Amino acid sequence: MPKMTMVDALNTALHQEMEQDDSVIVLGEDVAVDGGVFRVTEGLLDAFGEQRVIDTPLAEAGIVGTSIGMAIYGLRPVCEIQFSGFSYLAFHQLESHAARMRWRSRGAYTVPMVLRTPYSGGVRALEHHSESREAYWAHTPGLKMVIPSTPRNARALLISAIRDPDPVIFYEPKAVYRAFREEVPEEEETWPIGKAQVVREGEQLTMISYGAMMRPTLEAADKLAQEDGVEVEVIDVLTIAPLDHETFSESAKKTGRVLIVHEAPRSFGPGAEIVARLVENSFWYLEAPIRRVTGYDVVIPLFAYEKAYLPSADRILRAARETLETPA
Amino acid sequence: MTQTAAEREEPVGSPPQDLSGEQLRWMYRRMLLIREFENTAQIRFEAGEIAGFLHLSQGQEAVPVGTCAALREGDTITSTHRGHGDVIAKGCDVKRMFAELYGRTTGYCKGKGGSMHIADFSQGIIGANGIVSGGLPIALGAALSCQMRNTDHVTVCFFGDGATAEGGFHEALNLSTLWQVPLIFVCQNNLYGLSQPWEETAFQCDLPERARTYHMPAECVDGMDVITVYGAVARAVNRARRGEGPSFIEAKTYRFLGHYVGDPATYMDQEEREGWRKRDPIPRLGRQLREWGYLTDEEAAQIRAEVEEELQAGIEFAKSSPKPPAADALSDVYVHFDHHGEPR
Ligand SMILES: Cc1ncc(C[n+]2csc(CCOP(=O)(O)OP(=O)(O)O)c2C)c(N)n1
Ligand SMILES: [Mg+2]
Repeated sequence: MPKMTMVDALNTALHQEMEQDDSVIVLGEDVAVDGGVFRVTEGLLDAFGEQRVIDTPLAEAGIVGTSIGMAIYGLRPVCEIQFSGFSYLAFHQLESHAARMRWRSRGAYTVPMVLRTPYSGGVRALEHHSESREAYWAHTPGLKMVIPSTPRNARALLISAIRDPDPVIFYEPKAVYRAFREEVPEEEETWPIGKAQVVREGEQLTMISYGAMMRPTLEAADKLAQEDGVEVEVIDVLTIAPLDHETFSESAKKTGRVLIVHEAPRSFGPGAEIVARLVENSFWYLEAPIRRVTGYDVVIPLFAYEKAYLPSADRILRAARETLETPA
Repeated sequence: MTQTAAEREEPVGSPPQDLSGEQLRWMYRRMLLIREFENTAQIRFEAGEIAGFLHLSQGQEAVPVGTCAALREGDTITSTHRGHGDVIAKGCDVKRMFAELYGRTTGYCKGKGGSMHIADFSQGIIGANGIVSGGLPIALGAALSCQMRNTDHVTVCFFGDGATAEGGFHEALNLSTLWQVPLIFVCQNNLYGLSQPWEETAFQCDLPERARTYHMPAECVDGMDVITVYGAVARAVNRARRGEGPSFIEAKTYRFLGHYVGDPATYMDQEEREGWRKRDPIPRLGRQLREWGYLTDEEAAQIRAEVEEELQAGIEFAKSSPKPPAADALSDVYVHFDHHGEPR
């Protein structure tokens, strides 16, 4: 199996899907000639030509609106918004149209499009280039919201997203883009949208996270095993909407203690919804208050303070220990 | 002094009637200050002292300097992600700009905004802007405010060629003539929006023509010639102050380097780059000033020495300024009132 970065893995997914389905079209700013600012679309222009790999002018609302129209009429557009912070210019097209077409037409029209966009901090960039606003999309009925965490699940999920009949917002953790390599099988692999993954099994605590925060979360889990002899269960959410709460509550019923980690601002963030689902579905099994380790309710700050903002393995570890130490 | 390519290429012309030697020397000095500010920032960025993205404008200095030379106190500007030149031209102090780039408390935004969001409302600098086209409607609002408050102030909106494909551009142009606001649109057409050549962004790329369809005076000028830029903006400003509404200026210019520091810029043609470098606006004005008797070689050397000193002091100021405490990241989100209406 070749070892790939997440950029390579996403690029492979696009190549494979475009190869086997002529209706898949890639469009966005600097995606064709330049191969994308992060090089995710590199080589697609040479392989598939300018009819299928389209450099657009700066026009986010136009890019997304065009994708909706193409998706309604027989194509499978995968558009790129250069940084997730620029997607707000297309907010109206997503919120008012992409998300509502199926519902509004009683299922007659669907919008099988994917919006790929890098999100997350950790690269010392400025605000719009570092933020995590998955809650906007997850809060919008009709949009699916996916966030992979490793090269392998990124490849599998992007293929699933392209084949999905509904609009999928696909957030790529840019902090992970080139952070490490992982074996990715040559043959096609998919991962169901709407399904979380238990990536580490344990009995005493459940840690739930996703995207770029999976790394510090797993690091904290390792430390708990090494230093405290505690085996925690770690769940990678993978799909923020629709949320796979069965997997969460199954685990919570086993461990009785839950910690949630995300870098998005705390208030009304995905963690809040996960807590609510857990309370609804596994309240009687909980032995301690559910804790959240999250970003703060501010714009992600620059430089050194980015580190203070982002949940670190240490912060996660502290919260995990507090949760474990709370008497039942 | 040896002759540079630019000095051979461009004709000198005759001195402008409406600009004094002092004003012209100010333009020369400001352009040099911007150029060297950016060269310094680039070196410091590459040394890892500054983080974020750095969009530099070497080559484009004549546009902001020619424009801001036609403005006065009380006038406002909005700028872009490539905004160092615009805000220095309007009056920003390089000390506080470096401090901002270094993320220090003494920066224009206390180190929170960074390179793409430098603002100083006290000088009418409404802000650089990380979102392409973000400044256009904001400039419109500032201009409307100039008008509604019965001032004769004007607003200049700087933006790039790439922004002209965004919806906000069209909305701002349309509203500006509908409301006849004192606004001057200054498009810095450096021929690229990141990797995309501007001719590929529209079927109709004649920008003044497009502006005229919204019914405003519009012209395309040589953005490598600070005096020409000044003339066009001064005419537009006069119209705006007289209540004759908005104008549109396209200044054809070029960024000598890539889109951001680190951009390999393989999409830029080498010959094209060299051709534009020969049209460098700074040596060009230097030569004109010498020919017209406004600048001696000694004075030019002195200006350079002063600029270098100013930048050196700026870097030292930035580096010796305090870093904000981490808790600062949590402040200034909004004012939170208690039940008695007092800020908490
Ligand atoms: C809304 C939005 N889309 C995309 C970007 C990413 N981006 C930053 S600058 C730029 C090119 C802008 O071109 P132009 O307006 O010509 O300005 P220039 O960079 O040439 O100064 C792009 C694509 C952004 N900052 N904002
Ligand atoms: Mg440009």
